[in-house]
Amino acid sequence: MNLEPTYATHFFVTGDPMIYAADVSILLVSAAIVFVLTYFKKWGWLWREWLTTVDHKKIGIMYMIAALLMLFRGGVDALLMRTQLALPNMHFLQPEHYNQIFTTHGTLMILFMAMPFIFAMMNIAVPLQIGARDVAFPYLNAVSFWLFFFGALLFNLSFVIGGSPDAGWTSYPPLAEVPFSPGPGENFYLLGLQISGIGSIATGINFFVTILKMRAPGMTLMRMPLFCWSVLATTILIIFAFPVLTVALALLLIDRIAGAHFFSIFDGGNPMMYVNLFWMWGHPEVYIVVLPAFGIFSEVVATFSRKRIFGYASMVASMMAIAIISYFTWVHHFFTMGAGPGVNSFFAVSTMIIAIPTGVKVFNWLMTMYRGRIRMTVPMLWTVGFIPNFAIGGASGVMLSVAPADYQYHNSYFLIAHFHQVLIGGTVFGMLAGMYYWWPKMFGFMLDERLGRWAFWWFNAGFYVCFLPQYVLGFMGMTRRIYVYPAHMGWTEWNFISTLGAFMMGVGFLLLVADILYSIRHGERDVTGDIWDGRTLEWSLPSPAPHYNFARIPVVTARDAWWAMKEARKRGEALPDARPLAPIHMPKNSGLPFLLSLSFFVAGFGLVFNWYMLAVAGFLGVGLCLLLRSFAEDKAYFIPVEEIARTEAALGRV
Amino acid sequence: MRHALLRHARRWIAALTTLGCAGGCTPEQVLLLHPAGPVARTERDIILLSIGLVSIVVVPVIVLLGYIVRRFRDRPGNDAPYQPDWSESPWLEVVWWGIPIVIIGILAVATVRQTFALTRPPAASGPPLTVQVTSLNWKWLFQYPEHGIATVNYCEIPVGRPVEFVLTSNAPMNSFWVPQLGGQEYTMAGMAMRLWLQADKPGTYYGHGANFSGQGFAHMHFRVIAVPQPAFARWAREVQAHAPALTWAGYQRLVQPGLARETAYSSYPPGIFAHLVEQEGGMYMKHPAYGTD
Repeated sequence: MNLEPTYATHFFVTGDPMIYAADVSILLVSAAIVFVLTYFKKWGWLWREWLTTVDHKKIGIMYMIAALLMLFRGGVDALLMRTQLALPNMHFLQPEHYNQIFTTHGTLMILFMAMPFIFAMMNIAVPLQIGARDVAFPYLNAVSFWLFFFGALLFNLSFVIGGSPDAGWTSYPPLAEVPFSPGPGENFYLLGLQISGIGSIATGINFFVTILKMRAPGMTLMRMPLFCWSVLATTILIIFAFPVLTVALALLLIDRIAGAHFFSIFDGGNPMMYVNLFWMWGHPEVYIVVLPAFGIFSEVVATFSRKRIFGYASMVASMMAIAIISYFTWVHHFFTMGAGPGVNSFFAVSTMIIAIPTGVKVFNWLMTMYRGRIRMTVPMLWTVGFIPNFAIGGASGVMLSVAPADYQYHNSYFLIAHFHQVLIGGTVFGMLAGMYYWWPKMFGFMLDERLGRWAFWWFNAGFYVCFLPQYVLGFMGMTRRIYVYPAHMGWTEWNFISTLGAFMMGVGFLLLVADILYSIRHGERDVTGDIWDGRTLEWSLPSPAPHYNFARIPVVTARDAWWAMKEARKRGEALPDARPLAPIHMPKNSGLPFLLSLSFFVAGFGLVFNWYMLAVAGFLGVGLCLLLRSFAEDKAYFIPVEEIARTEAALGRV
Repeated sequence: MRHALLRHARRWIAALTTLGCAGGCTPEQVLLLHPAGPVARTERDIILLSIGLVSIVVVPVIVLLGYIVRRFRDRPGNDAPYQPDWSESPWLEVVWWGIPIVIIGILAVATVRQTFALTRPPAASGPPLTVQVTSLNWKWLFQYPEHGIATVNYCEIPVGRPVEFVLTSNAPMNSFWVPQLGGQEYTMAGMAMRLWLQADKPGTYYGHGANFSGQGFAHMHFRVIAVPQPAFARWAREVQAHAPALTWAGYQRLVQPGLARETAYSSYPPGIFAHLVEQEGGMYMKHPAYGTD
């Protein structure tokens, strides 16, 4: 390693009190974690139960915890920015800090909050809903999680070591190239995303195969819960979109560390090529994170209206239509880059067309509630809160798709308001609905409804106070990514209101955390496994589900399989399942996914600082882990019948 | 009918912005709704049309949601009909696939028409004026090939005459935006892109870079001053006569990262704009669009 003599001043970020405070708190929290684990002798438990697990339910929980932590950090970033913008010409943040913060905020929220949150919900619900005992490739699932985890860790590390990236979450060259961004920050961005991106592609393949191959007997595609359909659509998008991002990031990385000129400003580079590649991934990505939310809303709205989902076939058709059309809209992110009127017209119209199936879904949710019996539980509250939010966000999306009008909206606060409205109002509301809905299934107790309502109302009201003024600011000509603005433009009041709204959302998030902490001690225990009177198979299991999920794989005869079973039971038609128990084939835990991803992390860290020996060591570790796995013989085991019988009896099921 | 709709929308939006700006700003500060030229006006009109069209869906959705959530609440004694198995209705499906298709159809026609229209100069009232714009870190350089003069961080244009802004960059890409005159276009090294704008009334219009380009980006605003043609000619002569010349060394200093004040130059080194565009062989510019020096 060629450490410079100025090692310490370049390596650690110095000179900023906020970052020193962060250093101290990181050290304190790490010390506290080590102390607690040692004091309560929990290291073995952590390794055996969590770090080496291949159980989709536990992996889902880990994804969810990571997503909430990243939501916290991204949220703090947002509050810092809104504080800086509360009044004109503030001196709270320096421009380089502001630039780092908005870059970090965007990257974290999309890639390290929204993505793990949808993976959390997929992991927790999909195998249970289709009557499977795990995903198709449980080991790969663990690899995906740990790649995401170490990718996120690498990215977050840039805050205290080396310096955060500051070229925007889109990281457009030439700005992101070495001449304009010389520090290691951009490398952290590229490698953090690259490592977690491998995990995302693997998850896409994993759930695609799981849904197509692992459904219980009788569960035809058209009997699947809509959440599974939404995940199927999302995985198709992941499989075809993420490799494009991988290529774009790899080429930019080669530019940066090997001096190539794919996207450089001169010497034959073509920065627009990066912009095209980025959005060829970036636009499908928007639907990758929002389709599973649509799926969750469909589950929640049917359950809490005590009614079948309205227009099931039409819902499926619209999701698949969205999945396909979303590949043909990417240029609308840069209508103003001079592609010419023919190209712009094509992409404007394709973007408008995608609004049609999306609108259809909203009407179907409304009709599901119509002539139902609506219970306003917290998951339903997030769902009902989503509809006006998404209606307005969708409308502003259609407005943006009008290419000539986009010449006026592009990169203004109108755009900022739009995508926050669809990403928060769609994805975040959806994931929080899912979290409240499936929480009892994950942990065996409910989240407190009263605190949950407070959290919802603060967050939802704060949302409108924060973002509606930003639509107006866009119309007043305010552009994004500016850390100060002039006082005479009339922007001050609107910015101030917007900042107030952001802090209201912050209160909402704290209440959400309070709800989780309160409910761990005082939450209502779920003893039936079907606390919401659900319709789909996950509610047929105890809460939390045993690690093999189903003692006997259910036989499905209808859509809303569990509801149909309950109805049959009420009519006295259903006989108890008389099939004898059989030994269950299960995958064994393995520490290799953790070590493999750790090796990727080491390699990535080496490449960030151009320490090639460290990078080589990391890649050797990767190779070794792959080799060990390919020679491993002992990868699975059988749960004996007696143990299944014992577990089922303990859960009150015979 | 479309025009009646637009008039209504305009009145409503004027009323709403007046209400919203009660806190201290004035309705005129809502720049997108107060265009000062034909391009911005066309864009304002299509914005209002799109607001009207999307409202046809959004307003009923929100009203319907409020009604349904009140009417069908699970409360003891609620006598609203309950049909747990009612989940298909071909007629309703036709309605809500059909209405959005019609709305989007109308909007698509208007969009395509204006997308093509805006690539042509606005209704000509005289030969167009060409202004070459270069975004630098972190300032704007304007060159007037017709007059041989240059300005930094402000430009003057004649009222009522179409202006052909030709855009490039000698720094990370940016975007050139004067909201009251019309929409923006990116500035990129090795490319020259054309943006037609025109001012119909004299005034000083706010302009800003719209694509993030690094540390000094927030300070990249500029003024576009529209004056009557005789005043413009006078101004140009004055700059030619009294302003200092932009030398090659001076240009190199401008290219260095940093902020700059508003300045005018009586001349500039020949060929700096063409050089920027062509140094990559002009490989993306099949049709030279940047005028001559």
